[in-house]
Amino acid sequence: MTVSQAVFRAALLDPDRPIPAGLSDGDGQPAAARFNVYRNNVAVSLIEALRTGFPILTKLLGQQNMDGLSRQYLRANPPSSPLMMHYGQRLPDYLGSLPQLAHLGYLPDVARLELALRRSYHAADSTPISPTRLAVLDPDALMAATVTLAPAVGLLRSDWPLYDIWRFNTQEDAPKPAHVAQDVLITRPEFDPSPHALPSGGAAWIQALLGGQTLAAALHAAQTEAADFDPTETLTLMLSGNAMISLTQEV
Amino acid sequence: MLDSAHRPESLPTAPGVGYKPQHFTQILQEPGPVAWLEIHAENYMGDGGRPLAQLRALSERFAVSVHGVGLSIGAETPPDADHLARLKRLIAWLKPASFSEHLAWSTHGAEFLNDLLPLPYTNATLTRVADHIDQVQTALGRRMLLENPSSYLAFDDSTWAETEFLAELARRTGCGLLLDVNNVFVSAINMGSSPQAYIDAFALDRVGEIHVGGHDKDADDHGAPLLIDSHSRPVIDPVWDLLDHTLARLGPTPVLVEWDNDVPDWPVLRDQAARVALALDRVAT
Repeated sequence: MTVSQAVFRAALLDPDRPIPAGLSDGDGQPAAARFNVYRNNVAVSLIEALRTGFPILTKLLGQQNMDGLSRQYLRANPPSSPLMMHYGQRLPDYLGSLPQLAHLGYLPDVARLELALRRSYHAADSTPISPTRLAVLDPDALMAATVTLAPAVGLLRSDWPLYDIWRFNTQEDAPKPAHVAQDVLITRPEFDPSPHALPSGGAAWIQALLGGQTLAAALHAAQTEAADFDPTETLTLMLSGNAMISLTQEV
Repeated sequence: MLDSAHRPESLPTAPGVGYKPQHFTQILQEPGPVAWLEIHAENYMGDGGRPLAQLRALSERFAVSVHGVGLSIGAETPPDADHLARLKRLIAWLKPASFSEHLAWSTHGAEFLNDLLPLPYTNATLTRVADHIDQVQTALGRRMLLENPSSYLAFDDSTWAETEFLAELARRTGCGLLLDVNNVFVSAINMGSSPQAYIDAFALDRVGEIHVGGHDKDADDHGAPLLIDSHSRPVIDPVWDLLDHTLARLGPTPVLVEWDNDVPDWPVLRDQAARVALALDRVAT
């Protein structure tokens, strides 16, 4: 009777389970320490992957806490594909479910930002449109156009000062986060994803553009959220971040 | 001399190293004796960005070997169609000199366990793994190399010696073999056998690539030595000796230095490649 991979896998992820029967040290003796090599390889490699993939979260929690939390997380949430670059998709919700972290309500959004930065890093390359492509259109034609955003663009809406938290933990001399809600745009000018704080209404504008709406409809959506929204600042962020890759005019 | 009719010969018979992104600039500037690079397939299955741009630049200068760690050829179910499609896309784009994977399993259903897990060497495993290798080679339209594992324990129901098992897989599927002499050393110490005897029993006429690497030392419940295939330190002298023993039988062969954890500065890894170059010089024809 052989050890099934289901039995092997269950014991691998749960150190409280006994070692599967039918394994030995090659000399007929039980092989607990030997089985533990596999348990350790799996746990340590996944803990390291989460530590590497969520550096700001690790900094905020402290490495020991992050590792302990990862050890719990991985048992119920092993990777769902061999692409380790995407590991940790369920970590934000997991963080949000832990009562002991309820007083750090911003942690799930920090984890979402780190996932979005990683997704952007690995996203497809694209060729941006030149800003003059917009400048040559008369205002009516421009407002009737739709745009395609680069695959590396990311957008996060947060009730927390998400951009300030990112900056405070990645840049020297950054100011302490203020008590404001911040939406964040991620652009990738070349290879390095770059987060930007959006003005009020900016996220609604980008969300509408991502949904294939015209610039006029996007402006309407943004001004529904923030009556004084002016797209100039957000548009400049997008163009300087190589975030627009095509513009389609109504015919 | 060895019959070379079956030997895959697309990588240079020279030193290679496992590529780490932190070495990108220095590898291009001061490669030393390094003539080829090996990448882990799964790290280059993103859609774009720096990883693929660096790989494109390196592939213009070096031969590249794609080494998979996620195909799970030993799993109880066939290789995942989505993963096989990703691998096919990477290989079609990169056109590497070689593709290799492990005699191991690493997925269970949709789960990926991020380790190379062991198999019982039975007739049932042999049939299944041979079918999976056939599927991979058919999907990719090319021959693959299969690597011998590091063993920490034995399955009571194994009926094949590992060397015979690998030789039979190669015979049935036409695949080549990747002989990891550090794995041979680790397994032999862990299982109380002779690493030289393993090499001597190996189907050397199928070997297209050799790996060397470093390992950690521990002990099992009974105080017996337990070596861990960590790829986190320099190759030790007994493994260099085993490489010499292997090359003396095999002749010039592509040899890769693996260093995946606690990755050192480039000159340290390049020095390991220089030791490979010396070993290859000794058997140069």
